[in-house]
Order: sequence, then structure tokens, then C-alpha cells
Amino acid sequence: MDPLKVVDAPPQGSRLEDVAEEVVRFPGGGVALLRTDALFRWAQSSSLWPLTFGLACCAIEMMAAFAGRFDLDRFGVILRPTPRQADVMIIAGTVTIKMAPRIRTLYDQMAHPKWVISMGSCANSGDHYRNIYSVVPGVDHVIPVDVYVAGCPPTPEALMEGIFELQRKIREGGRAGV
Amino acid sequence: MPASEVVAALSTRFAAAPFSLGVALARESLVEAARALRDQHGYRYYLLASATERADAIEVLHAVRHPATGDTIFLKVALPKDDLAIDSLVLVWSGAEWNEREVYDLFGVRFSGHPDLRRILLPDEYTGHPLRKDFPMATPWGFRP
Repeated sequence: MDPLKVVDAPPQGSRLEDVAEEVVRFPGGGVALLRTDALFRWAQSSSLWPLTFGLACCAIEMMAAFAGRFDLDRFGVILRPTPRQADVMIIAGTVTIKMAPRIRTLYDQMAHPKWVISMGSCANSGDHYRNIYSVVPGVDHVIPVDVYVAGCPPTPEALMEGIFELQRKIREGGRAGV
Repeated sequence: MPASEVVAALSTRFAAAPFSLGVALARESLVEAARALRDQHGYRYYLLASATERADAIEVLHAVRHPATGDTIFLKVALPKDDLAIDSLVLVWSGAEWNEREVYDLFGVRFSGHPDLRRILLPDEYTGHPLRKDFPMATPWGFRP
């Protein structure tokens, strides 16, 4: 397959039919009838805006995922500079006990609904820093986590897989409106 | 032959430039020696502070460099573990401020005369000095391997 070829088909999961059991499309286009919760899930999963927030080396891979080669913009994933505008928090790196209250503050400042992706072994469990004097053994001691991405650090592809997993979770109604 | 002459002779014959040398000092003479190093010998560039825990002492180390020659001198002061007080070098080299805060944070050495002796890496409410050998292996939230 030619990677530069423009594909007309919409990305998997981006159509209304992917979220709603029943969609009534009226002739002529532009108007459709479906349940509002399905419509909201479709909208939420199609425009996940993460908070620009990196903690350690995982953040380098996260930046690569957002840059030109991987280009998460095409999935509606656009970085926001403030928690007030963000839907997703990607915890990319080691969480220290000094950083933990700041993470909690940023999370509390995000508007509902909101989701959290834990990226990499340190954020998942503390990994090899798990038992030292300054590191929290997993960010889920501080905030609730929806998707864990394994790796040390995860590749941009792995982070994208985690974002797709979160989109799938939202579309299927998991933890909607939290 | 005094040790200082031996060092001078050896460094003239063998040492590669730039040269480095460690000097053990008594606690009382540290600031005086530091001022002489800076004012009379031109060691204006402060490199780092560190500490090492020995069996019965904690050894504080300052490193300073001569900016023209690149020579480095390490000033070492051994402190008994029940009295970890030492004069601050901030008034001699202001670059020592954050380095001394780090040594205080991780080893608990009290630098008297320091303008702002707070923790620098760990949160203010942290208890203990984690690089000391008597620091418990269990993490502060009671988590064990």
C-alpha cells in the first residue's frame, strides 16, 4: 500500500454508525436521527484533546507521536496548553511524590468528561523506581486511569494504540461522562 | 619532605593538565581556606558540592576550578554524625547555594550562614534524608519490595 496515497474512507470508528445502534439518515444528507448519548460519545471520541504535559523520557516519544511523522491531529487529537480545555491527560513519565499533588491539581482543573492515559512503565507501576524514596508506585495512586500503555518508553505507535483504545472505550460507553 | 612538596614535585613531573587535587580540611578552617583559594589563587569557578557517608562521619566535598588553567581542587571536611554543622560557602562562591541545599536535602548536613537552607529536590514536608545509610528501605508510604 502506498502510504502517501490519500484514502477517501473515514478512519475506523469515526462514522455515526460506529457508535449508535440505529441511525436514521434523511435523504439529501446533512440531517441524521440518533440517540443523544451515542452522538455525544461519537463527538467525545472524535476530538480527544490532551493536556500538553510531559514528565520524563516518555514525553519525548509523546512529542514524536504529535509531530509530523505520526501526526495525531488527523485523529482529532490536538494538544491543548491548559487543563481547562483538555479532555485527556497523558501521564508520560515518572511520577515523583513532589509532582503528585501538582498532577492531582491539574486533573481537578480539567472539565468533565475527562480521561487519563498512563504512558510507560513508570507511570503504570513505578517500574524500577518503584521502591525508591521519591517515586509514586504508579500514577493510579493519585488519579484514576483509563488506559495503560506498556513500554519503557512506549513507541509512538504504542501511544497511538492506547489513544485508539480509549476512543474505542468511549464509543462503547465505558466510563462515559465521568 | 612535607606532603605538599611531594604533591608539587609529582604534579610537575607526571600530572596531566588540567590538574586536580583533594585537600582534607578541619571544619573551622574551611571558609578561610576557601577565601584564600578564591582571592589569592584565582579559583573563582564553583563546580559542585557532594557528600559521602563513612563509618563514623559524613564527608562534605566542595569542588572549585581555576577558570584559566582548568585545575580543580576538592575541599573535603569530615563531620561527626552527631554534629552535622558546617559553615556555608555561599558568601565565598554564591554558586554554592543550590548545591549546599541539595546536600542538606539528601544528607541532612546543616550549613550555617546559608541564606535559604530549604529542601531543593524533595517536597518540604518530607521527613528524613534518604541518602543516609540509616534511612529505612521502606518507602514513606509503607511500600516494601
